[in-house]
This record gives sequence, C-alpha cells and structure tokens, in this order.
Amino acid sequence: MTAVRSVLVVGASAAGLTTAEALRRKGFTGTLTLLGAERELPYDRPPLSKQVLSGAWEPERAQLRSTQALAALDAEFVLGDPAVGFDADSREVTTASGRTLTADAVVIATGVTARTLPDQRGVRGTHVVRNLEDAAALRADLLSARRVVVIGDGVLGAETAATARQMGLDVTLVGPQAAPMTEQLGPLVAGHLADLHLRNGVELRGGVLLDALHTQGGAVTGLRLSDGTELEADVVVTAVGCVPATDWLGNSGLNLDNGVVCDAHCRAAPGVWAVGDVARWHHQGLGRPVRLENRTNASEQGLVVAADILGNGKPYLPVPYFWTDQFDVKLQVHGIASPVAQAEVVEGDPVDGRFVVRLEGPLGPECVLGWNMPKQARVQRADLVDYYTRPRQPVTP
Amino acid sequence: MKITVEEEKCCGAGQCVLIAPEVFDQRDDDGIVILLDAAPAEDQHEQVREAAAVCPAACIHLDDNA
Ligand SMILES: Cc1cc2nc3c(=O)[nH]c(=O)nc-3n(C[C@H](O)[C@H](O)[C@H](O)COP(=O)(O)OP(=O)(O)OC[C@H]3O[C@@H](n4cnc5c(N)ncnc54)[C@H](O)[C@@H]3O)c2cc1C
Ligand code: SF4
Repeated sequence: MTAVRSVLVVGASAAGLTTAEALRRKGFTGTLTLLGAERELPYDRPPLSKQVLSGAWEPERAQLRSTQALAALDAEFVLGDPAVGFDADSREVTTASGRTLTADAVVIATGVTARTLPDQRGVRGTHVVRNLEDAAALRADLLSARRVVVIGDGVLGAETAATARQMGLDVTLVGPQAAPMTEQLGPLVAGHLADLHLRNGVELRGGVLLDALHTQGGAVTGLRLSDGTELEADVVVTAVGCVPATDWLGNSGLNLDNGVVCDAHCRAAPGVWAVGDVARWHHQGLGRPVRLENRTNASEQGLVVAADILGNGKPYLPVPYFWTDQFDVKLQVHGIASPVAQAEVVEGDPVDGRFVVRLEGPLGPECVLGWNMPKQARVQRADLVDYYTRPRQPVTP
Repeated sequence: MKITVEEEKCCGAGQCVLIAPEVFDQRDDDGIVILLDAAPAEDQHEQVREAAAVCPAACIHLDDNA
C-alpha cells in the first residue's frame, strides 16, 4: 500500500475527531479534512441528557476540545455541510452545498440519528435527544411544563426521565420491558433501577407501548398506551432507538446492514473505514458483527482506525463499556449482558446503595456492572478481558 | 508535559487507569480520577496521550510546553 497523503473524515463528532487527533499524534503530516453536518464545533453528547438538559452546564461546556486544541490539529473543518453522496471506488464525497471532496483515505463517522414515531412529526411538545439543538429545545419546553412522558425504557429514556424528574416535573417512563434497561443490565440490576426511579417519584409503566398521541392545535396534550391507559402530558420525549446515519451512502457501493459493514480492522472497502456508532465491524473476540452506540467505543475505535490508516492496524477487540448517571447513582457497565447470564453480587451490598454485579454466561463472566462503585467495577473488568479478546470461531446457529 | 484534569467532568470510567496506571488512579468512594503524577517522565507520555484521547468525558488536558 502506498503511503496515505490525505484523509477525509465525514462526521465531526467524538469518533471522527478522535480519529483525526490520533492520526496527527501518530505522525500523520498530510492533509486532514473533517466534514460535519452540524454547524457547532465538535461537542460531546453524553452531557446532553445530563448536565446540559438539567441546566447545570451551559451548552458550551459540552464542546469536546478547546478552540486552541482544534487549531493545533492543523485540519480543515468543513461544518454545516452534510455529505449527500459517496462513491467508494473513487472515494469521492459530495455535499449538500455542492462540494466534492476526496482523499486517499475516507473515514465514515456519521453516527446515528434518533428514530421518531410517525405520529410525532410536526407535533409541538414532542422531542428526541440526539443533538445540542434537541437538548436545548427540550430544556426550553421542560422549563414551562408540568407533566412529561418519556417513551422508551433504554438508557437514554431512563436517563432523560431521571433528569426531568430532578428538574421537578411529574414524569412517567413508558416502555415494553418489565423494568427499564433490562436488556442492557439484566433483570437483577434493572430491578434496582426500577426501585430507584420509583423512590424518586417517577411513575413507571412497563410492558406497554404507545398507542396514539393526542394533540390540540398542533401541540401534544397526552397519549394513550397499548393497554388503554390515558396519560396527560405537556411534553413527550421519544427515546425509541436510533438508525445509523447512512442515507448518504445509498449508492456508494458499500455494504450497508444496520450500519456500515466492516471487517475486523473496521475497513469497509479499500481506503474506506467506518468508526463509532455507525460502524458494524466484525468483533473477532465475539465472533460476530457488532455495532456499539457508546462513547468509549467512539474513541477507542478511532485510535484503532487511525493506526490502520497508517499501516499499523490490528483487529479491534474492545470490552464494550458505557456508563449512565441517574439520580444519585452512577452505573457502569463493562461487557454485554446476555439474557441467559446468571447475576451475582460480588462486592458491596444493594442495601447500602453500592455494589458490583457479575453476570456469568455459559462461557464464563461476560459482564460487570457497578452501582455507585466505578473503581471497583473497573477492577473486576479484568476478568472479562479474556472473554472479549480471545479470537473465537463464528458460532454456527 | 503537564497534566490537568477537570474532576467535575470526570464520569469515573477509569479508561485512563487502564491505559496509564502509573499516572492515574480513581477515588475508592466515587471513582473520580486521581492524578498521581502531574508531570510524568518521558517514558509515560505515549500512554498519557492515549488516555487523554480515550477519556470519554474529554476531561484530561495536556500542556506540552510546560
Ligand atoms: C443524549 C445522549 C446521551 C448519551 N449518554 C451516553 C452515556 O452516558 N454513556 C455512553 O457511553 N454513551 C452515551 N451516549 C452515546 C454517545 O454519545 C455516542 O456513542 C457517541 O456520540 C458516538 O459518537 P460518533 O462520533 O460515532 O457519533 P455522533 O456523536 O452521532 O456523531 C456523528 C456526527 O456526524 C454528523 N453527521 C451525520 N450525518 C452526516 C453527513 N451526512 N455528513 C456529515 N456529517 C454528518 C452528525 O451531525 C454528528 O455530528 C449518549 C448519546 C446521546 C445522544
Ligand atoms: S478516563 Fe476520563 S472520565 Fe474516566 S476516570 Fe479517567 S479522567 Fe475520569
């Protein structure tokens, strides 16, 4: 492979920026361009449903790097101009404003977009939380609202419910699972999370879906659930999952299937890589394709992709990790909880509000969850490394 | 190299400790980062840079001119 002299990163957020920074740190001196759909300088998303939504932080605090640090990167930032087309053979990107950009290496880092429900389009008082703009709009509405219903009992729904409740609103959290985040945490820890929400005054409606939104004059007034329950609401937040931002790749020639499909090195095609929430790569440790939507993955994958672009790549084999802050609890999740795993408290005690749970699967420990014990959970993570990093043959069904 | 950390931003991930255990630790009670060495020796710089890059709260700052 001839040396790469130019790199174009599409998507200027956590994953894209980390890739760009890592390229420079590893000695890349060629042309570096970051193309981003949003006008803002790269900012971080986790605070959007936490400190930015609650008002503890001004939105500027979520900026990922200082203006000086960005200048030192010696990269061209083309912001506010989404990519609308790509050809993988010529590695040519076209943008909404009509630019054509190309490079020896193209990195796809366009993340995901929030799913919306057909009912909510154009209805005032309904929200998603993905961008800074979304968080600001939701915050503005929450400040004058009394009742909020959050639809979706995954990480983002549960966290948004907690933040809204802490802002003093009446909050109902609605979702299909028996307890919020059961899929990510397993039933034991999800049960503790449900208790935490109930203790703090959140109303939980498990095992139900949204049936219909009620509106008046174009604004939401309430909703009906699949079990017939009627709820009033001034604000409805939907946190019903995300879709990989791959619309612009429709005619690219790349393999798209729930994300940009990549090999173990996160390569999508010769000279094309994908990184972050949008990338579905072959995790050799798990022996299957994986797409992660979490913050640490964005950075860690960025480092691996940068190294691979410069010819020093290795397969990407992370132990997945995310955290979430809800009320006075910091939850840390190392690994992936499978539905069949057995849970055991291995440190601390739920009665004291601090504990570590280990999930044991058929092949050994696969997940460690910390409840207000971040350090202890990180120490226990060591037992997972083998499970995630030892190359495994694909499991034939 | 001079390191500073913004404790209020730290989410207690501990990625920094995994990468550069001689420079970073975490508090036992809440997992917030502890800076063990604000001006580490040359042989630590590479790991420290990687830790700063991976930190999911973007709260590790490096000053190379100090
Ligand atoms: C509210 C919220 C809270 C979260 N909290 C946590 C948490 O507590 N812990 C955790 O681990 N993770 C959390 N996450 C997940 C984490 O933020 C993501 O995993 C991370 O942002 C992924 O980074 P990324 O760069 O891959 O994608 P993104 O951050 O989505 O960035 C993609 C960028 O690409 C741009 N883009 C999209 N399409 C185009 C296009 N066609 N052309 C050019 N640019 C384009 C987008 O505008 C965006 O700026 C949270 C996410 C959200 C939304
Ligand atoms: S990696 Fe960052 S967020 Fe995590 S403990 Fe270290 S400083 Fe804190």
